[in-house]
Order: sequence, then C-alpha cells, then structure tokens
Amino acid sequence: MRAFRFESLTLPPAAQAMRRKVRAFLDDERAHARYAAHRTSWSTFDPEFSRRAAAAGFIGMTWPRQYGGGEYSNLERFVVTEEMLVAGAPGGAHWIADRQSGPQILRHGSERARRLILPRIAAGECYFGIGMSEPDSGSDLAAVRTRAHKCENGWLINGAKIWTSNAHRVHYLIVLARTEAPGQDRHAGLSQFIVETASDGIEVRPILNLAGGHEFNEVFFRDCFVPDDMMIGRPGEGWTRVTGELAFERAGPDRFMSDIRLLIELIENVGRAPSERQAIEIGRLVAHFAALRRMSSSVAGLLERGESPVTEAALVKDAGTAFEREIPEIVRKLLPVEPSLDDDDEYSQALATVLLHAPSFTIRGGTPEILRGMIARGLGLR
Amino acid sequence: MIEEMSAIVLEQADRLFQQHVNKNLLTEADGGKWPAPLWKALEDAGLPLALVPEAAGGVGLAPGTVGSLIRRAAFYSVPLPLAETIVANRLWADAGGDPLDGTATLAPVNPQDCLVATPSDGGVVLRGTAHNVPWGMQASTTLLYARDGSGRGVLCRTLPAKVLPKKTRRNIAYEPRDEMCFDGVELAANNVRLAPDYLGTDGLLAFGAAIRAQQMIGGMERCMDYALAYANERVQFGRAIGKFQAVQHMLAVAAGHFAAASAAADALFEFERLGDDTLSVAIAKSRCGEAAGLVAAVCHQVHGAMGFTQEHPLHFATRRLWAWRDECGSESYWQARIGSMICAAGGESFWPLLTDGGMPPRPNLTARE
Repeated sequence: MRAFRFESLTLPPAAQAMRRKVRAFLDDERAHARYAAHRTSWSTFDPEFSRRAAAAGFIGMTWPRQYGGGEYSNLERFVVTEEMLVAGAPGGAHWIADRQSGPQILRHGSERARRLILPRIAAGECYFGIGMSEPDSGSDLAAVRTRAHKCENGWLINGAKIWTSNAHRVHYLIVLARTEAPGQDRHAGLSQFIVETASDGIEVRPILNLAGGHEFNEVFFRDCFVPDDMMIGRPGEGWTRVTGELAFERAGPDRFMSDIRLLIELIENVGRAPSERQAIEIGRLVAHFAALRRMSSSVAGLLERGESPVTEAALVKDAGTAFEREIPEIVRKLLPVEPSLDDDDEYSQALATVLLHAPSFTIRGGTPEILRGMIARGLGLR
Repeated sequence: MIEEMSAIVLEQADRLFQQHVNKNLLTEADGGKWPAPLWKALEDAGLPLALVPEAAGGVGLAPGTVGSLIRRAAFYSVPLPLAETIVANRLWADAGGDPLDGTATLAPVNPQDCLVATPSDGGVVLRGTAHNVPWGMQASTTLLYARDGSGRGVLCRTLPAKVLPKKTRRNIAYEPRDEMCFDGVELAANNVRLAPDYLGTDGLLAFGAAIRAQQMIGGMERCMDYALAYANERVQFGRAIGKFQAVQHMLAVAAGHFAAASAAADALFEFERLGDDTLSVAIAKSRCGEAAGLVAAVCHQVHGAMGFTQEHPLHFATRRLWAWRDECGSESYWQARIGSMICAAGGESFWPLLTDGGMPPRPNLTARE
C-alpha cells in the first residue's frame, strides 16, 4: 500500500512552552469575561478578540519577522490553534487570513502584497475570505467562470462567487478566476487574485444560513480592477496555487474540533460516574479524537518541512469532519435533551447550536465525496 | 548508526518472513503444525531478543523499530508467538533474569484474570486461571504476572508441562489461545522475580494490548494491499472495479481508518511507558480494533466471493484481525476504561489529560464559564 506520510511526532519543548503561553492568555481572557466560549468558535467573528490575540503574538506565528510574523514553527502554531479551539475562543475574524490566505501570499504573492498585507493580518486588523465557489461551480472547482481580463497595469474581474463567508466584513478575498478560455486541460488558464472588498465593482449580497446567521454571501464582480502585483503566482498557475492553499486549509485541528466544546459539556453533564454505555461511547470519541490529533500534528510537521501534503490533508479532513458530525448524534443518545437555542440550560443550547451548524462541517473546504476521490488517487485507484 | 541498524534488521526480518511464510505454511499452521524451521530462522536472526538491551545480551533495538517488526510479522501472518517472546524476554531481562529459552508467552492477558503467588519454601505457589493464553501450551515458557501476599507484582517463569491445561482452544485464526490453570504450581526462587517497577496495575494486559494493536496495523496493511491490487485487476462492466466511485470511496474510508489507527498505535513506541500509560494503550487498542473490523469488511467486499474462499489468502489476514480486536480487551472494554477515566476527571480536565500526559488540571481550567 502506498504509504501516507503520517510520521509519528513528539511535540518539541518549544511547543509545550507555547501551550502554557496561550493557555495563560486564554485564562486571562476568560477571567475578565472578554468572551463567552462559543460552540462553533472558529466561525465566530470578533475583531476585538483578534486584535488581542495578535498583540499576544498568536496570529501569523510562522511568518518572518519582517512581515510581522513571529518566526515560530508550524508545531507551535498547531498548539495555539488547538488551544484556541478547545477554549471556544472566537477566532473567526482572523482565522482564514491566518490559516491560508497569509501563508499563500507569503509563498506566492508579490513583494508589495507581502509588505502591504501580512503585517496587518499579523496585527489582527486585516481579514480574508475565500473566493473559490461559484453558483455553477461548487465541488467542481475547475469549472469556475469568473473571468479576469488583462488591462493596463492589472486585470478586470467579472463574475460571481458564492458561499463567501464574511465577505461583508473582511478586507480581502482571494479569488480564483479564469484568465484564459477553457481548453483541453480544464485545470489550465486559471489564476488567483487578491481582491480588496472596498474596490469599485464589487457587490455583496447576504445569504442567511439555516441557523439564521449571516456568514455566507454572494459576491458580484463588475469590471473590478486588480493591480498586476495582486496576482498570486503567475498567470495560469491558479489550479496549482489553489490546491496548495487547500493543503493548509484541510489538515488543521479546526477540521475535527469545531464542536469539541459540546463533547466537553457532555462529559461535564454525564458526571463523574458514567454508566457503562456512556463510558464506552465517550471513550470511543476520545480515542478517535486522540488519533486525529496525532494525524493533524504530523501534517503540521510536513508543512514545517516545506512539503505540500495534499492527500494527507484530505485524509485528515475526511476523518476529522466525520468525527465532528458524529458528536451531536452521540450526545443525543447518551444524555437526551430537547435542544433549544432559548433554553437556560447551556447543554441544551450547545446541542441546538451544533445541530444547526453540523451540516456545514462536511461541506466547507471540500466534501467527503471530493476528498475520497483524492484519497483514491493517492491509493493508486485513479 | 542506530537507525541504520534498525533498517538492516527490519529488512532482514522482512526477507525471512517472505521466504518462509507462504500459503502452504499458513494452511499447515491452521491445522496445528508448528513451523519449526521458521522459528529457527527467527532465532538465528536474534529476533526473540530484539528488545533486550545489549548489556543484557540482547540486540537492543529501539521500541519503535520493534513495533515495526511486530507489524511486519503480522503483515505476513507469521503463525508464531514472536511478539509475545520479544516482550517476555525484555520484561524478564528488566527483572534481572537471563534470556528465556525458545518461545515464550505472557499470562494473564485477559482483563478478567488475576493470578496470586504465595511465598513458600523460598519460592512461590501459584493460584488462579488464565484464559485465552496466546500459544499457552505450545510456548516453551510462560511468563506470568502475579501479585504476592503483600500486593507486590512478581514475574514468574514456568513451563507448560507444570500446568494443568484446562482447555486447549484456538481463536478464529486457529492460533492457540489456551485456558491454563496454575492452581498449586510450585516455583523455585530462581523462577520468581520482582516485576520491573514500570509494570502498572494492569500487569501484562497493557503489553498484550499493545502487541495486538501493532499486529492489527500489519494485518490491515496486508488486507489493503490485497484489496487495492484486486480492485485494479478485476474487470467488470468493461473496467477495473477500482475505477468505480463506489469502490474508490469504500477504500478511501478504509484508508482513513487505517491511518488513524496507525497514528494511535505510533503512540505506543515507548516500551517502559506501556505499563502505566493506560490512556495511550486504551486509545490505541480500541482505535485499532474499530479500524480492523471496518478494514476487513471493506476488503472482503472488494474481493467479492473470491475473498470468501480458502483459495485467496485474504482470510489469513482478516481472520487474524477479527481475533486480535477481541483479545487483550475488546474495543468496548478499553473504550469504557477511557470513558471512565475521562469522566472521573471531569469535562474541563479532558483536555489537560490528553495534552499534559495526565497532569492534574490547573484550578483556573476547572472553573465553569
């Protein structure tokens, strides 16, 4: 069997030291009641929190100092990510910029883009959205129809993106657009652009999600100008670029810890003396969780070595989101409660919140159906 | 240097397994024939002493390398107590004993069993029954863990000839798993040693579970190899069945379980910690067991009727997976242990327990928000 690269990895002392540091920060946040633990933490948008996290050095951690980074390792960043998630910290404002847009600009952006944008992300002041999906192009990303035409000093973008989380409150989108007419190779002729949401020619329309929240948007581009040096990589490299970006997006702890607070509340509510059935089911979830943590940290190790572990990231996301989806279902079985957002009981509220968000876990960032195709390719079946 | 040697030993072992273990040998082993030439070859290669420190006359391989060795042996379905012998030799050496002769097994490795050693004439008298002892009546030596009168753990070495075999039985891979009654067995002082202090309250159970976890990784890898090869060569409806999305997705899900199980079993590469790191052992054994069931099911499904025959060798691997997942504590046994530990610590201690290796939670983390 073609081996996947999940090498065993022990977190270095520096990562453990970072764990203490971020815990102290989060303890202080809670001690001063600066945030309430959210149950879908990394989709909770709180710029104030992002600025405080940045001031404490937890955004742009792995980037060079000259761009506002902390020059920490990916494993130190891994630890900070999981601590933020387990604490239910509202990191939604900076999450995308820190996780994938910033690293993408650092690796493939122009020098001006790096200088202009990265220090602001690292300061917790600049946020990003993902401009990949389109009304007629969801899982089939290569079918995007948004076009970018060359003009003097830049490009003019026309088309529409959809499911663009936070487009109404972020500063930039990274937009995948066609720069050449589709030919034989459908992955050719695509390019990535950094588009300022304040530009002329952009219109953002809200789409409410089933939980009643406004995260999603539809974004329309009409002759929206992007300067040459806001292209990521070179013209036509878009497919390679977007695939690399997804390796950052898919393997982190946010792919199996979206509802970890609900598991913690289940354990708390079950109490110190669980029934055998409760112990077995909770034990099973914990075993799954522990294995996912090890897989995810080993991908962080691969990223640290500069590799682009695309298939491994797909494996983590597929297994990770299956775990996230299972938590509310097991919670229901073990300690039944009628979920309600209005309930005074936190447990009932938590279950309600998670149930209303859970369908998105296995859609955002690539569905299991797409991921399994990638894994099958890695196994030599395609 | 050490890494180089590890690679050489693994390569050499792999060659031996490949040379000796074939369908014929496995079929004969199923029928109860002891593969003596294979054991001789493994012994000549020094494998039984793989984990014993060089200073004590062993090979002194790193536990991680031995973990890989156990996985490889299981990949080939080696029908011998190689892993049990390796672990028994290390435990006995750490207790101050000399290398054991021939094959060895560990008892008890069944969660319900407990043996008692009462001091007598400088030696001990044993009491208790061990169930499902791997290769119990065939292994040259049985290494026992028992509690003496004062509650201390002792390791005892005995010969199967001294024991009353209550029942010989086999698991569904036809590996011997015997019921052995030790009531009244007298052992002289040179066969009894104080157990190494890293042995925890679970005694040998934790080590048995760790062995089975590593073996399941090897067995799953073999099944996946068979299934991937078959999916690429078997043609139906004009194309290889591996080209069908339904088949691809089944195998992708199985690969995910395999990867997760491997990650969990990788956590067991520190030998001395196996004794008291119950959480890691429990996580690995239960995660591997769950994956093993799923991987075996998917691989059989891919093989269709062919996999349900004696002709195709898949069954040598899958029957072992079905046996091993239930031995030394099934999934539900270990999951219940994890759940009880986690719940006893409380919700807010769940995270420190996983990240700080059981450190007690700091007070400000236990506060409710």
